Amino acid sequence: MSAPAAVRDIARRRATIAGRTLRTDRWWLQPLITVVGLVAWVLYAVIRTATQKYYWVPQYHYLTPFASPCISASCIPEASHLGQWLPAFPPLVPFAIITLPFLLGFRLTCYYYRKAYYRSFWLSPPACAVSEPHKKYSGETRFPLIFQNVHRYFFYAAGIIALLNTYDSIVAFHGKTGGFGFGLGNVILLANVVLLWAYTASCHSCRSLVGGRLKHFSKHPVRYWMWRQVSKLNEKHIWHWRGRRWARSR
Amino acid sequence: MGYDAKLRVWRGDDEGGELKDFTVEVNEGEVVLDVIHRLQATQAPDLAVRWNCKAGKCGSCSAEVNGRPRLMCMTRMNTFTEQETVTVTPLRTFPVVRDLVTDVSFNYEKALEMPAFQPPAELKPGEYRMAQVDVERSQEFRKCIECFLCQNTCHVVRDHDENKPAFSGPRMFIRAAELDMHPLDAAENRKEFAQESQGLGMCNITKCCTEVCPEGIHITDNAIIPMKERVVDRKYDPLVWLGSKIFKRAGA
Amino acid sequence: MARAINSEIKAGRGSPHGGIFLDIASRRTPEYIRKRLPSMYHQFKELADVDITAEPMEIGPTCHYVMGGVEVDPDSAAARGSIEGLFAAGEVSGGMHGSNRLGGNSLSDLLVFGRRRAGVGAAEYATKIGERPKVAQSDVDEAVTEALAPFTRDSGENPFALQAELQQNMNDLVGLIRTADELEQAIKRLQELAARVHNAAATGGRAYNPSWHLALDLRNMLLVSECAAKAALMRQESRGGHTRDDFPKMDPVWRKVNLICKLDESGVQVVKQDIPEIPTRLLDLFEIDELHKYMTDEELTRHRDGGSLSDTTAASEGGAVNGVRRETARLARRRRGW
Repeated sequence: MSAPAAVRDIARRRATIAGRTLRTDRWWLQPLITVVGLVAWVLYAVIRTATQKYYWVPQYHYLTPFASPCISASCIPEASHLGQWLPAFPPLVPFAIITLPFLLGFRLTCYYYRKAYYRSFWLSPPACAVSEPHKKYSGETRFPLIFQNVHRYFFYAAGIIALLNTYDSIVAFHGKTGGFGFGLGNVILLANVVLLWAYTASCHSCRSLVGGRLKHFSKHPVRYWMWRQVSKLNEKHIWHWRGRRWARSR
Repeated sequence: MGYDAKLRVWRGDDEGGELKDFTVEVNEGEVVLDVIHRLQATQAPDLAVRWNCKAGKCGSCSAEVNGRPRLMCMTRMNTFTEQETVTVTPLRTFPVVRDLVTDVSFNYEKALEMPAFQPPAELKPGEYRMAQVDVERSQEFRKCIECFLCQNTCHVVRDHDENKPAFSGPRMFIRAAELDMHPLDAAENRKEFAQESQGLGMCNITKCCTEVCPEGIHITDNAIIPMKERVVDRKYDPLVWLGSKIFKRAGA
Repeated sequence: MARAINSEIKAGRGSPHGGIFLDIASRRTPEYIRKRLPSMYHQFKELADVDITAEPMEIGPTCHYVMGGVEVDPDSAAARGSIEGLFAAGEVSGGMHGSNRLGGNSLSDLLVFGRRRAGVGAAEYATKIGERPKVAQSDVDEAVTEALAPFTRDSGENPFALQAELQQNMNDLVGLIRTADELEQAIKRLQELAARVHNAAATGGRAYNPSWHLALDLRNMLLVSECAAKAALMRQESRGGHTRDDFPKMDPVWRKVNLICKLDESGVQVVKQDIPEIPTRLLDLFEIDELHKYMTDEELTRHRDGGSLSDTTAASEGGAVNGVRRETARLARRRRGW
């Protein structure tokens, strides 16, 4: 038998079609929007967290999720619901240094984010049927991209952080003079928490863990039900993070 | 009702070729394949094009229309303006035979490499029973018509011929998922096969396969990502890895 | 149903594109339709912007299956006739579905007879013959010359135009409703077309050249068309997919014969061939009242309730039936002018 087609194909000629694509639509628009949006958000997040300012509204007990949990000695004491276990942070270090790596890791390894940045930043590919500029391609088979496989551990961490944020949003129901209070900040914090839970629960790893990894749905009716709920959320996964980005940046 | 459409079709073979311009009549309700057929019948009798059912079910008339991988029979002419030039080219990823026909053997050989369904040893034919919820899950993947548009659009092989030996492509990933999710399949090593022999790790889930699927199969969300997660279960779960190391030591 | 559609259209009650409206939206829920008719839903939506869960679809009768075909031995699927080693299963073989194929039967036909009959039969044959038959070089040379002939016809006709003409002829005259006059006219036109078909020309090279393939295929298309037309003319009754306006009734006497086409020097010949008798054990599966419509009184004497039981030999079922089935088909609006 001759060489397999996979090997033979390499030596055989494709149709000689010039240009990296014949697409006539604005295929470059979506990656461009993603780049602009993500860069803007990252800049904002860096500035907000590095300034170590305006993260706590004492009258209302609002704590921005960007600074939670506030457990260093540089925190305003009232904002440190969980105590201050760490010494004072030098300037520019985000108070949420404990949680940020996990949250960033969760997003960085998220299947949707991966699609977005592989397309927009790495141009691999920039759009469907538009050829990529790279000479070699090994996907997620080697270091460092093989680490994308740890997404589910960030998911576990994100679950814990979502609990913390939930706590913060409850504490924030605090009136100016004590007792119960409600304001715009609560709406934003609450929306943030709801969206964070939605984003976390709709994650592909979660979908697999609750039921997707089963062979028999019929033998696990409860997990099948959970899988269906997560699957419904999963279809809207991308909207949760977009919405959350909006809520966080208030 | 009808109008004359500007059509640009790639003509040639593995020795070379070029885009040729034609003007062809188009009538109400027609699709690209109808127009290609009219071109063939009236101006270019030797224009090579593969087709069968004209109803989006056989997966034969895959091509690229204005640079987008499409079934010609399911691409309506009224999605283009009457002034627009419609460019039809063969699938880029496979070796060209002639004009719009490519050699898609790659896909059939990858299918042959895939271990078949392995029936459970304790059951005889006729004794297989499956619950409807489990049937429905793989039913989605059985909708595949093997048009190979996903294989064609996947940049892993589209932009890198050299990856072909190591990469089976989205069509085979849905087959892998279908079998791995099959309650009666007794094969144990499908996850390892997907990762090591099919090149699942090369996929960077940029979702073009899902975008071009004419059957609307959620290739990425329902097959590739679940398979990646199943591989993680087996291969990249540090707890499992640690456990296996410790117990191997203890046992040795 | 195809006949009913036809008479509605003839009576001027057809749809704007000359078909009729079929409405499932008022009979079933959208979920049911999407689940049970996914392809139909998808095709109407994609190709015609018609949502069949909400509005009626426009349909019309068309030819979509050929019930006649290669006459095969029912047990081995080996073709009867002079060609040894030819096995056939599926639409290309005849006799499987009688005069009217039921939806879904085509697939089961392929699965069962493709393997059990044609596949296994061919494998057995190949093992048995031992030595591979040798082809005479002169036959090869002749076949090559014949195959390449379309390239040498400088002033030959465009095969695509000929095919369109052939299709139109068959559609108009050997279509849904047939009459002796029209069938005779069709046969005459087919004979006229024959000379032109044998002058069909191909241009271009030999690699994947549709005009060349069609130029060669047209000869067979012509033969099959002639077969269908001649058999339809001979069968003076209406049965299944075959409707004769001049013989509107089903005739039990005609059920007893198959029409077999043969090709000789003078062209397509159609001969009657008796169908083997149905074994009594099968006949007895039915109530006698169900059978009156289909069988002659003489045949029914063999039934358990048919009075005197005659001696029967267990004959094999099968044989070939000629006649092209015309019937309602899934037809999206966009398809060819409907």
